[in-house]
Formats: sequence, C-alpha cells, structure tokens
Amino acid sequence: MSTLAYSLTDSATMLRRQLKHILRYPSMTLMLLGMPIIFLLLFVYVFGGQLGAGLPGNGGGRGDYVNYLVPGILLLTVGMAVNGTAVSVAMDMTEGIVDRFRTMAIARVSVLTGHVLGSLIQAVASLIVVLGIALAIGYRPTAGPLAWLASLGVLVLFSFALIWLAVALGLTAKSVETASNTPLPLTLLPMLGSGFVPTDSMPAGLRQFAEYQPFTPVADTLRGLLSGTPVGGSVIAALAWSLGIALVSYLWAKRLYNRRYTR
Amino acid sequence: MTAIPSDSAITVAGLCKSFGEQTVLDGLDLDVQQGTVFSLLGPNGAGKTTVVRILSTLIPADAGQMQVAGHDLVQEPDAVRAAIGVTGQFSAVDGLLTGAENLGLMADLHHLGRAAGRRRVAELLERFDLVEAASKPVSSYSGGMRRRLDLAMTLVARPRLIFLDEPTTALDPRSRHGMWALIRELVAEGVTVFLTTQYLDEADELADRIAVLDHGRIVAEGTATALKRRIPGGHVRLQFANPHSLDAAADALESTTPDEETLSLQIPADGSVASLRALLDRLDRAQVEPVELSIHTPDLDDVFFAVTGHSSANQDSTDQRGTDPSEAAEVANR
Repeated sequence: MSTLAYSLTDSATMLRRQLKHILRYPSMTLMLLGMPIIFLLLFVYVFGGQLGAGLPGNGGGRGDYVNYLVPGILLLTVGMAVNGTAVSVAMDMTEGIVDRFRTMAIARVSVLTGHVLGSLIQAVASLIVVLGIALAIGYRPTAGPLAWLASLGVLVLFSFALIWLAVALGLTAKSVETASNTPLPLTLLPMLGSGFVPTDSMPAGLRQFAEYQPFTPVADTLRGLLSGTPVGGSVIAALAWSLGIALVSYLWAKRLYNRRYTR
Repeated sequence: MTAIPSDSAITVAGLCKSFGEQTVLDGLDLDVQQGTVFSLLGPNGAGKTTVVRILSTLIPADAGQMQVAGHDLVQEPDAVRAAIGVTGQFSAVDGLLTGAENLGLMADLHHLGRAAGRRRVAELLERFDLVEAASKPVSSYSGGMRRRLDLAMTLVARPRLIFLDEPTTALDPRSRHGMWALIRELVAEGVTVFLTTQYLDEADELADRIAVLDHGRIVAEGTATALKRRIPGGHVRLQFANPHSLDAAADALESTTPDEETLSLQIPADGSVASLRALLDRLDRAQVEPVELSIHTPDLDDVFFAVTGHSSANQDSTDQRGTDPSEAAEVANR
C-alpha cells in the first residue's frame, strides 16, 4: 500500500476510535445538543412574539421569527459541537495514548483527522436533530432541493473550519478544563451577529462588529438559501471566512501538535 | 544507512539534551546488544525517561549519534518506529475503549488485517490474563491490569526491540513479579529490552547489563555482579543485650567499631551462607549470643553512594554538581 493509502486507513481507524468515544460518552453529546435546543425553544416561545414584531419589513409574529432565528440556532449548534472537539482533543493530549501513537509508524496527522472527522459527523447529526425540532415547532423553509444541498454544504464547510479551530484550541489548552472554556466565544458569536436579530437594530459600534464577523455572512447565506431569497455577496464572504479559518487553524493545529514534543 | 555492528540493537554516542538552561543528558554513550536486557538505573530526575523519549523518536536530541534497530534515529525515524515498541511510564491506553478494542486499535494501526489482527488480539488477551476483562472499559481496570494491557499493546506487532520505562513503578509486589515474568518470557523469545528503573533489585532480576545514570552521565556500567562487587554497602548487623556482650563480640570479630549507644555491630559481609556461618562460629567460640541478626544487601542508595559519592535522594537539587569529576571518571572507567 502507498503512503497515501496508509494515511487514509489510519485516519479511518482513528475515526472509528473517535466514534466509539462519542458513543461511550453520550452525556457530552446531550449536553452540547441541549443548549441550542433550549435556546431555540426559549427564543421562539418566550421572546419570539415580541422579536417577531420587531423584524424589518411588515413585521410579523412568532412564526416569522422562527424562520428568521433557525439559521442562527444552527450556527449555535455548530459552535457548541466544536466545544466537544476541543475537550476531546485536550483529553487525548493529557493521556499517554498520543505518545504511543507518536512512537508508531503511522500517519502522524491521522490522530487529528480522526478528531476532525468524528466531530464533523457529530456536528451534522446534531444539526439534523435541531432542524427536526425546528420543523416541528413551525419552521417553514421554502428552499428547493438545490438550495438545501447548498445550505448543507455551507454548514459542513463552516463546521469543518470551526472544528479545526477547536482542535487548535484544544491543543493549546494546558488542561481539559481550559479546553472546555476557550471555545465559548464561538457560542456567543451567533448572537453578536445576525443570528438572532437583524444587525440594524444594534448600536453603532456593536453593529459594525456584528456585520464584519464571520458568523454573520454565514447566517445570512443560510437564511437566504433556506427562505429562497437572494443571498448576494454574503455567500462569497461566508466561503472566504470558512476556507480562511480552516486553513489557518489547520496550520496552527499541526504546528502545535508537532511542537508539543520538543520537550 | 551507516553500517553498524550487526549485534547492536542500540548504539548511542555523545547524546546531549538540555531543556532551556537545564542540562539533562550530558554526553551519553550506550551500546545495547541484541537479545539482551539492558537496564538504565537511576533515581527520579536522572534523565532516564528523557533517554527513552529520545530513542523512541518522541523528542529530538541536541547532539549525538544514535542508531536504533539498525537505523539512524535522525535520518530514518519511521524505520525506527516500525521496529520498536514503547511502554512509557504513564499508561498509554485509551480509557474509554475496552481492553480488546485497545488491542484491536493497535492491530489496525499496524495494518495486520482483520483476521490476523483478531487472532493476535485473542492471543495477547490470553497471554496477559485479560480475557475476562476484555470487554470492559479500561477505565475500570486496576493499575496492574492497565500495565499488562499497556505492554500487550506494545507487543501487537511483535517488535524486536522494546523500551520499558519504569514498568513496575507503583505496582503492588504481586503485579510486579507478574510483570517480571512477562518480561522474562519476551527475552526468552529473543526480544531486546531497554529497561529503565529506579529499583536495583529489578535491574538485578532482569538485566544482563546495567548502566547507572547520574546527572545525565553514565557513571558505572557492567553486569549486576560486577556492579555489586564495587559496592561496599552489604553488611551484617548484630544487636546485643548489654555492653558486656557487645565488647566481647567486638573482640572476637576484631577490627570493628562497636556502637555503644545502640549496642550493635556492623560487619561488612556479602550475605553468603558461608560468610554467615564463619561469623556465627567465631561468636560461638567467644560464647557471645547476639539478640538479633539482620543482613543488609546493597540497595540503590549504596550503588549511588559508591559510584557518585552522593546519595540518590537529593537528585533534584542542582547543588549536587560538586561530585569530584576524577572520582566519577574512575568508576566509569570499565
């Protein structure tokens, strides 16, 4: 077998290990999944009537707000899922098993790709659950099959980027506790953008931040795709942010992973 | 690849390693013959683990020529990795997986193939007495079981050279003897073992050659017997009921300095039956009866004192550098 084939086999082996971890530790997945679901219910049923009335245009009710909110909740779901990535990477690094992998003739990066692929599967599964609940409580997207496919692509790409970022954050953490805290801003950013309310309603300084942070173009793109309205320039910005974060985080993570062993 | 003598599993020349200001290895030379057990003996902080981490490709050396399993460590790290097995000081097992899954993971990473991998896993579970625990998560294992699993994982691909970094530290006596038996089996199969330990009895029990590491240097090297011959720590201690019998015994045994306070005598002895019999005969003839007799065999502290002039206890303090270099060189001179 060639080096590439070995590296794929090793990554698949590491992925199987990661999936077993996820299944063995279900409370983690439930905790990560619970938060976006609670936020979804909270924002729709508690704040939804009021927030819906404040939406631009003709201003609607709870039903309109669900349609506005769901893309933001989906991003929150991704933000929470990658929290788990950082924790499980940090947990791995505190155990001796990674040292064992390092003394074996295996594709070095396969340890990290196992984490990334495992987290990606976990994130997509969480997204499906959250979307299912959203549909059950009145979310009515108007997207055709192509737009759905495009939405899935955007979500997977953005998740992939944030997962690599979380891997890097997990590697920088000195302890598992730190690793569970450092990615928390990722769960706050959907709210500090167009995820929960339109940015127009925010005060000037915050609005500028909200308009130029990565979660906003991704949320706008998803909202456009799912509601069948034009997405405009946001799709370019969303793709650029995703690819940029993925590349920088991948290089950062790889460097951190190799640097761990200079002492 | 540089040509090396075919009977060496590991050769190291001039290995140096510092972490920042702190010099951990200071020109280490080693030669480990194939099919033997080589033990690196030293207290905590002597640099044993650093040697293992360098030779197993985990961390780079600052300087030195190193050949492991016939491959240059710097030029061909992957060839080295393919030939070695490492069981570190801290258990390198996956706590969320079961014992069988941990072994299966190793089989997969060594690309053994499904059927062969399964056979090997079953074989190792049997051999390491882990069949019953095979489908339980490792987080529920005892310390001894974790170590056994750890070693079993190291052996999945049948490496010809294994590194064992303090394999019995923190194990109870029974697990410790079990581990020794497993290591002996490996040696019988022709596996080369590089063992680090802080216990002289462990090195004595298992090793063909022992090197004593102190402040990043080998200060003595040889077989267990040769090393012990150098160590004057072995003695017999006799306890007496009163000063009168103490004096009588001191007279009978000549040239000893009785300890009046504790009413005891220390007589240098190698602990053999013959030397004990001779000693007791002399006491009999003088008609003195000790109330207690104890035999002290040299321990790591005695070895350290003999070869470095300081005890092993204060390795961590940096002011221990005062060892007379000429003295150290003398003992290191094999």
